[in-house]
Amino acid sequence: MQLTNRSKQVSNKQMTFAERIYLPAIATGLGITIKHFFQKKVTIQYPEVKQFLGPVFRGRHVLKRDEQGRERCTACGLCAVACPAEAISMVAAEREKGEEKLYREEKYAAVYEINMLRCIFCGLCEEACPKQAIYLRHDEFVPVFTERDQVIWGKDLLAENMNNRYLRKAWTKEEAREQDLKGVEAEPRTQL
Amino acid sequence: MENTAPQLFKITFDGIEIEVPPGTTIMQAARQLGPHYAPPAMCYYEPLKGTGGKCRACLVKVTAGSAKDPRPMPKLVPSCITTVQDGMVVENTTNESVLETRRGIVEFLLINHPLDCPVCDQAGECHLQDFAFEHGRVTTRYEEERRTFEKHDIGPYVQLHMTRCILCYRCVFTADQITNKRVHGVMNRGDHAEISTYIEKAIDNDFSGNVIDVCPVGALTDKTYRFKSRVWFSKPVEAHCDCEKCSGNVTLWYRGDEVIRVTARKNEWGEVKEFICNTCRFERKKTSDWTIEGPTKISRHSVIMANKYRADLKKPAFGLKVAEAQYKQIDDSRPYITDGTTIRELSKENNAKANQRSLAENN
Repeated sequence: MQLTNRSKQVSNKQMTFAERIYLPAIATGLGITIKHFFQKKVTIQYPEVKQFLGPVFRGRHVLKRDEQGRERCTACGLCAVACPAEAISMVAAEREKGEEKLYREEKYAAVYEINMLRCIFCGLCEEACPKQAIYLRHDEFVPVFTERDQVIWGKDLLAENMNNRYLRKAWTKEEAREQDLKGVEAEPRTQL
Repeated sequence: MENTAPQLFKITFDGIEIEVPPGTTIMQAARQLGPHYAPPAMCYYEPLKGTGGKCRACLVKVTAGSAKDPRPMPKLVPSCITTVQDGMVVENTTNESVLETRRGIVEFLLINHPLDCPVCDQAGECHLQDFAFEHGRVTTRYEEERRTFEKHDIGPYVQLHMTRCILCYRCVFTADQITNKRVHGVMNRGDHAEISTYIEKAIDNDFSGNVIDVCPVGALTDKTYRFKSRVWFSKPVEAHCDCEKCSGNVTLWYRGDEVIRVTARKNEWGEVKEFICNTCRFERKKTSDWTIEGPTKISRHSVIMANKYRADLKKPAFGLKVAEAQYKQIDDSRPYITDGTTIRELSKENNAKANQRSLAENN
């Protein structure tokens, strides 16, 4: 009974002398190996060389600041409630007089922590955020950690660096769709 | 002999026939059918006398006035203050003009309402949020300047954000009905109308904290709860205590082991039946002050139930055994801090670090 049409006829034919000394076969094999020395390499030297993973890759989080360097986050808790892994926690505080340069809204996150062991990098926090404060960077990973206290990231690691701001081609879905439809590649820029 | 029992009126609400006693309003009749049928209410508050007829959220179409006079009513009527007639036919969600009008009402209510839900403490249990979510449009068409007011402290516990007020008059009626006679509560008219110091005068009353529960939006908020948490981070638990001033039946809102807020119990319409006193609301914030009855029953579709698990959830026995066998004590010296001032101090430190990293060279 034939189950598939991939069955092969096996032959018990005696090998010839040329086949039995194996040298031609070894030479052919070496030839294939040597051919690959001169071809373009398919691998990259990972930690030293990094590949661009595309504009939609979801890497490490960044808490955005606005043009004046004020934190956008207002500790509304929508990212935490949207997070399926419950990785985000925060404590809100009221902005005091004199802190207007640091925080955009009258409420801000005094503590904002992401447990990077829990995070599954799904990007739902980014989608939930009404203030465009949290984004997952497409160009940076969460570095490998070796100590337990490196796992929970506080605001000191998450807040955006104003000297080296995070650039993106599109900051919203609508923008990305518009660019797709137009077929034009936009220049990376800070925000809206 | 004459039948002295009151004649029941038969009305048709969205195609469902229901018999109600005379004097019932359309809203009350609809509420007997259940939450799915009842029109939304922003200003009407059943336990308070005289509320209703302000916000127009509950407008319905009466297609037949009564059995004797079956002509339709010319305009949409507010269901919370219109009493039923025998043979009345009411259309709520089955009438397109009602739904269209409601979309308009949402827009009108949101004209001067700031869209600061991420900051507002009421978010998650806000009636206007629910109303706009269910009946409103997705985007705003309003481009003009919204009216703004300064934040105003009413006594040590209550804060008035007049900007968020939708002038439903519920707090005014509360103040009116818990204190001795005063006549007015809202100053000026139209766009300039604002809740006046009238309810501020009621603040020495023991039941003044109830204006917080009564407010459908975040205009009157608890100062002891200000920015402490979001409703979906806290866990509501029913509790009672022996209070000489009020019934003592409350809902405690826990975050971790800490009571962060005490409110009165709300029924399915978001209305408080038993008002609680200020001592219960603002001063009894320890578990030892209360007798716990159990978790508050809240629809699992509510955001308050997000990320919460039932106590009777079936846990995998084998997994638990393995976990128990492999349990190792770890040195978790990271402190769990709930004290507000400590958090603020730590956050200053943390933020200084963050700012040093990311802002320093800029200056």
